Amino acid sequence: MNDTSRAGGAASLDVSIASKDYHSARGSPRRALEDLRLTLPAGQAGAVVGPSGCGKTTLLRLIAGLDKDYVGTIVLPEHGRLGMVFQEPRLLPWRSVIDNIRIAAPHAREDDIAALLDELGLAEHASHFPRELSLGLARRVALARALAVKPDLLLLDEPLVSLDAALAKDLREMIARLIDERRITTLIVTHDLAEAIALADRIFLLSPRPARVVATLDVPTPRRALEREMAEKLETQARDALAVARAGPQQEKH
Amino acid sequence: MIRLVSLTALLLLWQFGAWLSDPRRLPGPAAVFEKVYEEALSGALFSNLAITLARVIAAFALAMSFGAAIGYVMGRNKLADRLLDPWLVTLLNLPALVVIVLAYVWAGLTEVAAIGAVALNKLPNAIVVVREGARALDPHLEDMAHVFRFSPTARFKHLVLPQLAPYLAAATRSGLSLVWKIVLVVELLGRSNGVGFEINMAFQLFDMKLLLAYALPFVALMLGVETFLVQPLERHVSRWRRGVSRRLDRV
Ligand SMILES: Nc1ncnc2c1ncn2[C@@H]1O[C@H](COP(=O)(O)OP(=O)(O)OP(=O)(O)O)[C@@H](O)[C@H]1O
Ligand SMILES: [Mg+2]
Repeated sequence: MNDTSRAGGAASLDVSIASKDYHSARGSPRRALEDLRLTLPAGQAGAVVGPSGCGKTTLLRLIAGLDKDYVGTIVLPEHGRLGMVFQEPRLLPWRSVIDNIRIAAPHAREDDIAALLDELGLAEHASHFPRELSLGLARRVALARALAVKPDLLLLDEPLVSLDAALAKDLREMIARLIDERRITTLIVTHDLAEAIALADRIFLLSPRPARVVATLDVPTPRRALEREMAEKLETQARDALAVARAGPQQEKH
Repeated sequence: MIRLVSLTALLLLWQFGAWLSDPRRLPGPAAVFEKVYEEALSGALFSNLAITLARVIAAFALAMSFGAAIGYVMGRNKLADRLLDPWLVTLLNLPALVVIVLAYVWAGLTEVAAIGAVALNKLPNAIVVVREGARALDPHLEDMAHVFRFSPTARFKHLVLPQLAPYLAAATRSGLSLVWKIVLVVELLGRSNGVGFEINMAFQLFDMKLLLAYALPFVALMLGVETFLVQPLERHVSRWRRGVSRRLDRV
């Protein structure tokens, strides 16, 4: 029914899902995704933006291969090594910060891990246990773990949600810097347009459930040159597309 | 400290009881300790304790390893659970004595029959506890391990074992006390050495001093195992829960 394969060459993440249903014990299946298509060139960051409960996490689970019960095709970047930050940090509670990273990335070099911890401001927390960390720190550990495996595709599920404004800004800047430096193909899930504009080269707007891509917006690069006016225009454009999507079924526009 | 007070109170109560009754029925602590010393000097006490302890360890190890393996499979696999559950319920409700007698009848009065019967008595309890643990494994962590392509060894070592540890500890604790009690019965019924055998001898001779001289050191030994082996092990496997205090210890 479905096909997950590895791409060769520059073509990167290519998702084409005809349908994804959740089957409950009784009653008819509930559709989570329908006719959802998105393409992300290698080395770029994409943001999936959609209302709460529309199917964003479902989409990431399909891409990560955690759920194979769908109809469609997903082509992963070459080699297909995944790094993922889940909506909750999902660290091993019985292991220290640095062991969590070592266990997930057994081939990573010690000095690479140390550098990563440094870069994410985690050096002094290396020997702490997850329960001693605030959510913001735990998220950063999860991010460090995902980067330590040197992923070909990085998946981030709401990396900034439920952090206060200052912490969210810090982490956003960290993520932006890290994925810019490393040119990792990255897909970020969020419900916050401003966050998407700040982080992504390309934004995919999803309709309410069942999720479909209703608009794809390219954010002009380099991002630093992005004028406030331009950002506002993008936001208006995106909000319009979302409003249309909420009002009823509509053709995808570019 | 409180333990010491409570133990002293028990000793006093015993002494008091001994004064009130016939020394042949309940000898006082002094008489019993003298007998313990005598048996220790002859070496009989230690050899019998060692034999019984070896049986406890063998039966316990057998029951725990099979119990953990079967419990894990039943907790993870619905089909296996449905297939094996009726067996489990039967075994759980089979009186210990029936298992022991059947084992002796079928396999003779042998060491294998004795240890097998004890292990079989402990097995269902180990299965039930570990099955509970296997059912409670966190699917979120499993997804994480899948995404990061944990090797089967890493998955077992870092995911499964730490989550099962509290259940294994619980099974160990309840298992040890169950096993040593049943070992005595097995020895009484069909072995010619060990603490259970000596207690049977004492009973035949109506020698209460001898009976207590074997029973008490054995209880003390099992208490020692519990305090100095099982409890520290339990603390060790759950140390991550107290990460903060542990780091403070190190400073
Ligand atoms: N395992 C499941 N079984 C049945 N329904 C599910 C399951 N997982 C998710 N759903 C449903 O599918 C829909 C999409 O869920 P999903 O978690 O993908 O949304 P989301 O966009 O990530 O939401 P949020 O913004 O809350 O994170 C929701 O209505 C949810 O109730
Ligand atoms: Mg979600």
